[in-house]
Formats: sequence, structure tokens, C-alpha cells
Amino acid sequence: MKLAICAGPATSGKTAVLRHMIRKLIGSSGTEPRASSLPGWRPAYLKIDVQFADEDEELAREFGIPTKKVYSGELCPDHCSVMVLGEALEWARKVESNILFVETAGLCLRCSPYVDGGLGIVVLEATSGMNLPRKIGPMLSLADVAVVTKIDRVSQAEREVFRARILDAAPAVRVREVNALHGIGIDPLVDRTLATPDVNGELLLRGNPPVGTCTICVGKKNIGWHAHFGVVRPLEAQTFYRGE
Amino acid sequence: MIEEITLLGGCGRGGNREHVTRITFRMGDVISIVGPTGSGKTTLINDLELLADGNTPSGRRILINGRAPDPDFRDDPSRHPIALITQHTNFLSDLPVRDFLRIHAEIRHSRQHETDAVMGETLAFANQLTGEAVQRDSRMTELSGGQTRALLIADAVVIGNAPIILLDEIENAGIHRMRALELLRQHRKIFVFVTHDPYIPLLSDRRIVMACGAMTKVIESGAAERQLALRVRAADDWLARFRERIRGGDEFSTDDLEAVA
Ligand SMILES: Nc1ncnc2c1ncn2[C@@H]1O[C@H](COP(=O)(O)OP(=O)(O)OP(=O)(O)O)[C@@H](O)[C@H]1O
Ligand SMILES: Nc1nc2c(ncn2[C@@H]2O[C@H](COP(=O)(O)OP(=O)(O)O)[C@@H](O)[C@H]2O)c(=O)[nH]1
Ligand SMILES: [Mg+2]
Ligand SMILES: [Mg+2]
Ligand SMILES: [Zn+2]
Repeated sequence: MKLAICAGPATSGKTAVLRHMIRKLIGSSGTEPRASSLPGWRPAYLKIDVQFADEDEELAREFGIPTKKVYSGELCPDHCSVMVLGEALEWARKVESNILFVETAGLCLRCSPYVDGGLGIVVLEATSGMNLPRKIGPMLSLADVAVVTKIDRVSQAEREVFRARILDAAPAVRVREVNALHGIGIDPLVDRTLATPDVNGELLLRGNPPVGTCTICVGKKNIGWHAHFGVVRPLEAQTFYRGE
Repeated sequence: MIEEITLLGGCGRGGNREHVTRITFRMGDVISIVGPTGSGKTTLINDLELLADGNTPSGRRILINGRAPDPDFRDDPSRHPIALITQHTNFLSDLPVRDFLRIHAEIRHSRQHETDAVMGETLAFANQLTGEAVQRDSRMTELSGGQTRALLIADAVVIGNAPIILLDEIENAGIHRMRALELLRQHRKIFVFVTHDPYIPLLSDRRIVMACGAMTKVIESGAAERQLALRVRAADDWLARFRERIRGGDEFSTDDLEAVA
């Protein structure tokens, strides 16, 4: 079983990219594979979102592949992914899939959903401005591949700066520019996914999760650090620990 | 070093093979693409920019120096040899022009004096194309349509130093086309204009004629056409001056009637 986890801000084009990758793998639709499809690949798709998603239904309709969604609700979607990914792989095996694509909403900016052994893809839109790569933390810095979409909408100069800043934030990441409307530049992503080894046995979250529970996480709503304990932070200093 | 780029024909909109099966552009060439609205001009230059490899609806393929392009060209915009400037290409950044150009220049040039030099050159280039000069302190998003296009072209030529530049209908943005052509001729590059202009195609080395999504023929501009272009241009300039007078609130008399005749 191959595993590719795709994160990125809302509307950056994650579904658009995955849709083209799935099309390359199985042809234009599940029932009538094109000559150009890569035989033997049976993708499945899981969407993890906070409270609304319909990509699973769309992709099931379009390609006839097994799909599924999970709402994370109060949980950070990336934390939710840690909870459900093991069972999701079992589900994918049961429906006789051999490649699982996971799309997560990736809203937290402190977490990242990638696991060791699987492929981590972050999708960023060139239209989000040249500073975005500096702002999104581990979602970018822990990814294997950064896919840049919507390059058809911005100047070459800004594309160049965007790419340079991605590489500043994540020197080892492979940057891939795509036009996800027309599916240009997708082939290398498919190749990279297929070159990823199968996931086996125990899976580990990549990198270190952010600092653990704080008093806000457990429901204390008072404003001001004096009202809290554990890891707190005043306006004019870095975080410190205040015991209780 | 890029010396030439070859376009291998594919299919038109109905799936019929294109008449033009192969055309090569060499450094220094200026090419126009002409054809009615909807005839596939934009699609053609998009194929060029994408370094199409049979993977676009037209099935066209692009070769560089006679061979399939280096995959790095597609991946890294600073190595991509083709800059495409369309009516929709835009700057999103709201930085002041000077800061924006510095950020771009710094990616290409590590030394401070080089960065300063290319920034100055870029602005000077842009300002030869516009009516109102681009100020270095203006924010990028404050620029007019014509100023934006002028700066896009200048940035692609000077800082980006792209060997191949594709311009899609820049005439609508109101920049000086003739001056653009003259300036661009001084740089040894390949320029491709998609244009509805009456004289730019005649002043180009060649023009590709499009219909129904396909390249139907390639015309080399002859000496007579070049001369004709100058006449057409004079008529066009006259019309432009007339337009200016209308805008300026002029009234007209029988003298003007004689001038038209
Ligand atoms: N070779 C082709 N194969 C398939 N579709 C094509 C082809 N060429 C053009 N088309 C389609 O035809 C339509 C019009 O093409 P395009 O926008 O390139 O025209 P244009 O000449 O640039 O028009 P305008 O002068 O209005 O800008 C588009 O929807 C495009 O996708
Ligand atoms: N112009 C352009 N639009 C794109 C591109 N990629 C995605 N989009 C559009 O962006 C919108 C959001 O894309 P979607 O895949 O739903 O984003 P997601 O929320 O990350 O899954 C859709 O309307 C897409 O058609 C691209 O490369 N170019
Ligand atoms: Mg989506
Ligand atoms: Mg057009
Ligand atoms: Zn989180």
C-alpha cells in the first residue's frame, strides 16, 4: 500500500491536483480506462476536514474509486489524521486499493499530517502572495514535495520569488509548479508517488508535534495569561512555564 | 545556450491535422501570430510556454535546440526560458516597485551593485513603453494596466533575462507598440506577438496565420510589406492623434475634412 498525504491551505488546489493524479493513474473514468492509464493502480481517497467536505462524493462519482471522509470537528484536522490513519489504511486494503490519497484541511499551521514512509505533499497557490511560504511552518518544512498551483495567474517574477522563498523555508523540498486547471505538470507527482515505498507496520508522525495541551485547550476561556498556567506567554516575552 | 525553438504542429479544434507541421524560431526572430477571435492564438502561445509535449489538447510539441527540453526548465521558473505576458498576467504584490524589483533581482544577482544596476535598467526600459512613468515608490498594485504590462515586459527582459518572450495582445493595454518592437529588437531574443495590430505583423520577420485552432500558414514579411507597414503606421498614428483630439475636447471643421481626404 502506498500512502500520499496532501495538505495545504483551503482553496489552494489540493483536490484539483489529486484529481489529475488519479486520472493519470486510472484513465478518464473508473469504468473505461484510457490507453494512457497506468495499469494495476487502484487508488482510494480519504478527505479529512473540519465540518464540511464533498470532494469524496465528487471523486467517487467521477472515477468510481472508493472514497471516504472524516469530520474532525473540535480536533485539529492533523491530529484527527493521527487518530484515524491506521484504520483508514485498513479500510483501503479491504476495498482492494493499493494507493491511498489523503487530503487534509491543514488549518493549524503548527502541525503537519505527514508520516514517515509515506509521501508528504503540500499544495500552495502562487496567488496567495510571496510571503506565504514564510508563514506556514511544518506543513511546508516537513513536506517532501511542494506543489505550486495557479501559476497561470501571476507574473514570472512572483513565481520565481515564491519558489525561492519555499526553498528558504524548506531547503530539501522538491518544488513542482503545476497548472491544476489543465493538469499540466502532474506526471512527475505521479512518478514520485509511485516511487515511494509501501507503508508497512507501525507508522510514525513526522517531526515533533507542537507543545502539548494548554489550559485553553481544556476549555478555560478567560483572556489574559494570568488566568492560565502551564505554558503561557505574555505580549513582550517568549513562552515560559508557570506551574500551578 | 538556447539557439532555436521548434514547434511541431498537432491538431486544430476539430481534431484535423494542422497545415503547418514544423516551424523553427531562431534567436533574434520577431514573430507575430494573427487570426480572427477564437482562432487559437492564445492557445498556441500557451503551448509554447508550457513546453507542450503532446500533453495539451492541441497535441503540439516543443523542441529546444532540436531536442526535448530539459525537465528543469519546466520546474524552475528562474531557468524557464520562456516568459509569457498576457492581458491577465498580473502582479499580486502590493510592495513598492523598488522593493519588488530588488527582491526579484536579488534572486538572480548576488552582488549589490548588480542588483541596483538591473533595477535601474528595468525601470528605464518600462518607462520607454508607458505614457506616464512608473515611479519607484508606487505600489505595484497602484500601477495602471499599461504600466503593469510595461513593467512585466521590462522585468522579463532585463531581470528575468528570458531568451524567449511571448506577448499576448499587449496593444489593448495602451503601451507604445512601435517602441516596444524597436527596444526588443535591440536584445537578441525570440519575441512572439499575438496581435490584432495592423502593422506589427508586417514589421515582424514572419507571421503565423491561425484558423479554427490550427496554424494554417506561415508568411515571411517581404520588403514591400515592410514599406506598407510604414504607411499603415502613419495612418494609424493619424487616427491616434484624431482620437487624442476627440478626447481633448476639440471641435472639427472643413479643414479636417480635407486632411482626411
Ligand atoms: N488546437 C486546439 N485544440 C483544441 N482546442 C483549441 C485549439 N486551439 C484553440 N482551442 C480552443 O478554442 C478556444 C479559443 O481559442 P483561443 O482563446 O486561443 O483564441 P484566440 O485566437 O486567442 O482568441 P482572441 O482573439 O479572442 O483572444 C479556446 O477554448 C481553446 O481552448
Ligand atoms: N487558475 C487556476 N485555478 C486553479 C488551479 N488549481 C486549482 N484552481 C481552482 O481553485 C479552486 C480551489 O481548488 P480546490 O482543488 O477545490 O482546492 P482545495 O480546497 O485545496 O481542495 C477551484 O476553483 C479550482 O478550479 C490552477 O492551477 N489555476
Ligand atoms: Mg479540496
Ligand atoms: Mg486570445
Ligand atoms: Zn494542529
